[in-house]
Amino acid sequence: MAGREPLRPFVLAARFFRIGALNELQYRANFAIQVFQSAIALGTGLAVLALVFSQTTALNGWSEPELLVVMGVHILMGGLIGMVIQPNMVRLMEDIRRGSLDFVLTKPDDAQVLVSVRDIQVWQAVDGLTGAIVIVFAVAQLGGAVGLGQALLFGLAFVLGGLTIYCFWLILTVGAFWVVRIDQIVELFEGVYQSGRWPVTIYPGWLQVSLTFLVPIAFAVTVPAQALTGRLTLGTLALAAGFAIGLMAFTRWWWRFGLRRYSGASA
Amino acid sequence: MANGLASRPELDRDRFVPRAGLVRGWVDLYLTMFRVAILNNIQYRVANYFYMIGMIAEPVIYLVVWSTIARQEGGEVGGLTPGQLAAYYIVWTLVRQMNIVFTVYGWDERIREGELSAMLLQPLFPIHRDIAFLAGWKLVTIVMWLPIAAVLTLIFSPALDVRPIDVAVFAVAIWGAYLVRTMLYWILGMASFWTTRGGPIFQLMFTAELLLSGRLVPLSLLPDWAQRLADVLPFKWTFGYPIDALIGQLPTGELVGGLAMQLLWIVVGVIGVRVVWRVAIRRYSAVNG
Repeated sequence: MAGREPLRPFVLAARFFRIGALNELQYRANFAIQVFQSAIALGTGLAVLALVFSQTTALNGWSEPELLVVMGVHILMGGLIGMVIQPNMVRLMEDIRRGSLDFVLTKPDDAQVLVSVRDIQVWQAVDGLTGAIVIVFAVAQLGGAVGLGQALLFGLAFVLGGLTIYCFWLILTVGAFWVVRIDQIVELFEGVYQSGRWPVTIYPGWLQVSLTFLVPIAFAVTVPAQALTGRLTLGTLALAAGFAIGLMAFTRWWWRFGLRRYSGASA
Repeated sequence: MANGLASRPELDRDRFVPRAGLVRGWVDLYLTMFRVAILNNIQYRVANYFYMIGMIAEPVIYLVVWSTIARQEGGEVGGLTPGQLAAYYIVWTLVRQMNIVFTVYGWDERIREGELSAMLLQPLFPIHRDIAFLAGWKLVTIVMWLPIAAVLTLIFSPALDVRPIDVAVFAVAIWGAYLVRTMLYWILGMASFWTTRGGPIFQLMFTAELLLSGRLVPLSLLPDWAQRLADVLPFKWTFGYPIDALIGQLPTGELVGGLAMQLLWIVVGVIGVRVVWRVAIRRYSAVNG
């Protein structure tokens, strides 16, 4: 049973990834389409940056390559969300509404792990790769100021940000045990996620607070980007870590609490 | 009416239904669809509010970025002050609602599920149903938008300087924008008759529209060549023009000229819809067909 093997979630995720990959490899044209769409999205992002920097030299103290880092992290995290988090959460909402969550609950593994990794959109990895390339390119433009230490900090901040966003999504999705129809939150999230394209520090105070603790875009994108651009303070990193751990504990409790509301397909 | 034909009037409507009946049917359809859409929209008002709030994120982001730049560059960017930018992006939120038309992704389902067969049986050209339904929908949306606009106004303090003629032209232009965009997206959506993978084509169009309509930034902030490109495309008449009509202090000639351009694009659009529809419909075979 789960809990005893700490690596079990990753083993499961890897297996589901293989199944997802084998499934999707049948539809190879989708890969070409994904590449095309990622390219258009990237082109649009670059055009917007060019537009901004045709009018100014720095946005709130962030230079062009630094904002390119932010954009790269945004695309990378967006790829991760689109590949693993969002498809699983959408499927969970659907399962709760239709009662087919029964099939997950009867499996001999931890249900929270199962509902979080069972649906993986393989082609979304293209977005992740695009983001990584943009980051590398931007870092090179920064003039090699990024050392190993900063890269490690970035990795840590990115993992914490990913976990925070995952918890945020699961907390909202568990709301489906009460509200049943919450598919609108997908649109809502996609709209708000766009704010991460820019460092959250440019927004007015109330919005900054909302984008940090209400919808944790700051931890998901801005903090990792700060790590790469030499802006990350130890205090911020500690806050990100504390917030992520606290949120994970709460999510665990909230998931179990929500499950008690679930009455299944036949009840 | 001859006996045998009464049971299948749709086949020979042009010959047998008197002209006045057609007009009445047309008005009836619009009024009924308005009512259906209004009731529908009121019924799901919470979900719709979620949807609208999600949409507000986009202009707020643009507004913050560009007013930050304006403040940094000594109070204005491309001749626009933060207050004017706020006015632009607040009016933007209403124009965006007016811009909602039948989604290009919906055609795939219409064709696949055979909904189109039912549409073909109706005596009026099916675009009327879409126009009427979403127009009715917008009547509720406009009312729902008012409190959102009030909150945004309180937060971002826009510089508003509006003459009565601006309001009058704006009131017409938002519906003109709606019709231009309806035609455009009908033509684009009909690509689904030829391919089930329309995504990339649609996305190319969305991107062109985003950059060249005034949705991303006021067109005056674009480089010259892009502005000239925008002039010959239909997009700016659906977004930038209605906004500028209200808050841009345009001279009367430009105000009226814009409406004329909208009319021109509507006519071009109607012709396009008719031509593409005629070709597309030949490719269609129904589920039971």
